[in-house]
Amino acid sequence: MSLSLNEVTLTYPDGAGRLTALDAVTLEVPAGSLTAVVGPSGSGKSSLLAVAATLVRPDSGEVSIGGTTTAGLSRAALSALRRRAVGIVFQQPNLLPALTAVEQLQVMAHLDGQLTRAARAKALLLLESVGIGELAHRRPHQLSGGQRQRVNIARALMVSPSVLLVDEPTSALDHERGAAIVELLAAHTRAEGIATVLVTHDTSHLASTDALVTLADGAVRSQ
Amino acid sequence: MFVAWRELWFARGRFGLMGGVVVLITVLVGLLSGLTAGLGARNTSAVAGLPADHLVFAADAGFADSVLGADVAQAWARVPGVRSATPVRISMTRAQVDGRSVGVAVFAVPDGSPLAPVRLRQGVAVVSSGVGGRSTLSIGADSYQAVPTSTEDYYSHAPVVWVTLPADAPATVLALSTSDIDLVAADRSLGTHTVELGDSLAEIGSFAAENGSLQLMRGFLFAISALVVGAFFTVWTIQRGADVAVLKALGASTPYLLRDALGQALVLLAIGAVVGTAIALGLGALVGSAVPFVLDLPTVALPGAVIVVLGLLGAALSIRRITSVDPLTALGSTR
Ligand SMILES: Nc1ncnc2c1ncn2[C@@H]1O[C@H](COP(=O)(O)OP(=O)(O)OP(=O)(O)O)[C@@H](O)[C@H]1O
Ligand SMILES: [Mg+2]
Repeated sequence: MSLSLNEVTLTYPDGAGRLTALDAVTLEVPAGSLTAVVGPSGSGKSSLLAVAATLVRPDSGEVSIGGTTTAGLSRAALSALRRRAVGIVFQQPNLLPALTAVEQLQVMAHLDGQLTRAARAKALLLLESVGIGELAHRRPHQLSGGQRQRVNIARALMVSPSVLLVDEPTSALDHERGAAIVELLAAHTRAEGIATVLVTHDTSHLASTDALVTLADGAVRSQ
Repeated sequence: MFVAWRELWFARGRFGLMGGVVVLITVLVGLLSGLTAGLGARNTSAVAGLPADHLVFAADAGFADSVLGADVAQAWARVPGVRSATPVRISMTRAQVDGRSVGVAVFAVPDGSPLAPVRLRQGVAVVSSGVGGRSTLSIGADSYQAVPTSTEDYYSHAPVVWVTLPADAPATVLALSTSDIDLVAADRSLGTHTVELGDSLAEIGSFAAENGSLQLMRGFLFAISALVVGAFFTVWTIQRGADVAVLKALGASTPYLLRDALGQALVLLAIGAVVGTAIALGLGALVGSAVPFVLDLPTVALPGAVIVVLGLLGAALSIRRITSVDPLTALGSTR
């Protein structure tokens, strides 16, 4: 189960012409490995995640998630692929204000019609594993920024994804907490055989990653 | 409805306020409906209850000015397809009842006619319950022995008194029982104007005016409720647009999101309509003796059902805002 991008090009409309956000990007992330993506602001890091998450269709090139090629899939099929195989850790926690921490995870099971007792047990276990088991019944406004980010991560892991996409998870945290978050992601990646892409600004977290991709102007500079 | 239920509880202040508005509108429409039906009955029940299928008026005349001679009644009785053509003279007057003066509608029908609630005789006045007569009743120089009944016959807001119509006296209308009849041809040859019993109610001047304005108010309240609910759910959907984007990014299907949104609207509307209908029934029972008010469940519950349906249509206005949310916005750092 891996993630692969093959010659992916993505453009956005820009005035009269088009702006190339991703320029023939080829990337292979094997299962169980953590690939870090770095690059200056505007270099296309978030665009890369968006394409990998099937949130935008590339102009050309191929995206394959856990062996499934996304080109030609309907919108509904892409939704189903996202809720079964893709975990997204958002830059902002993006928690739903009305739900407690454990419910944020249970939603993932409910989206797929699998809201069972076992799903709840799994959600509690995951919160435990990211170190906030005792906060399972708090709502987002009762959690600190770092605690919310942990719920965000646990939610992405809830579906047992084949691909985990992480967008600057540490930008709202102090350095030590940021490092702990990256180590947590690395541990889950290896233990569960996930293909993980981690976008980050902070190069001091790269010790626990397996590969490093540098983007500049939408193209891969070094790998 | 996993997220929807929790949002209902989490934002219970906002939903409570909106539910309160739905309750109040339902109460208002429910009371108005009961009142409309009650006032309608006070105007029309005696005519609507006639055992007839058509009423014959003089050409170009209504209840107020129609006069039909005895010869016309006899001519109508001979028209093929007419089983019976009974003359009815309707007049508004004051009667002395047990020493009180009461405004009444007098329905005069021939001796022994089955149109009256009980069999009439010369010198007897059959009075409906609204008159309240027990022993004697006099109209002008004529005095009658009062026969009280429990019928609630009203005409143009006055309780009805049934008396006998002298033979050969002119009538206001003819009550027809018919089968297979060419009314147009008969009307043309006899110089009359015949309408179905139900349609004849609109010829009662006080009813047409009252009913029209009450129905207009009811219509406006229905439109207001749909618009208010639509506006509320539009604003609510805009407020939770970011959450919808997150759910879409996490893989929620569009039907899943629409089920949640319309489910919330249905819960709000159903609770509001049930509570509002219950209050309207309660208030109706309280005022029922003081004002004309029809307090049966269909009269009061139908408006509640209409409000639920119209409210759902209003809430459906926000559907496009849900389907058009771009899940990509969940990825950005601005929230
Ligand atoms: N929705 C959009 N419409 C038009 N242009 C866009 C859109 N999203 C991104 N861009 C442009 O595409 C380019 C790449 O943007 P992207 O968000 O991928 O950069 P990034 O590497 O994530 O930057 P940052 O580090 O600031 O988050 C930028 O020039 C940006 O202005
Ligand atoms: Mg970015």
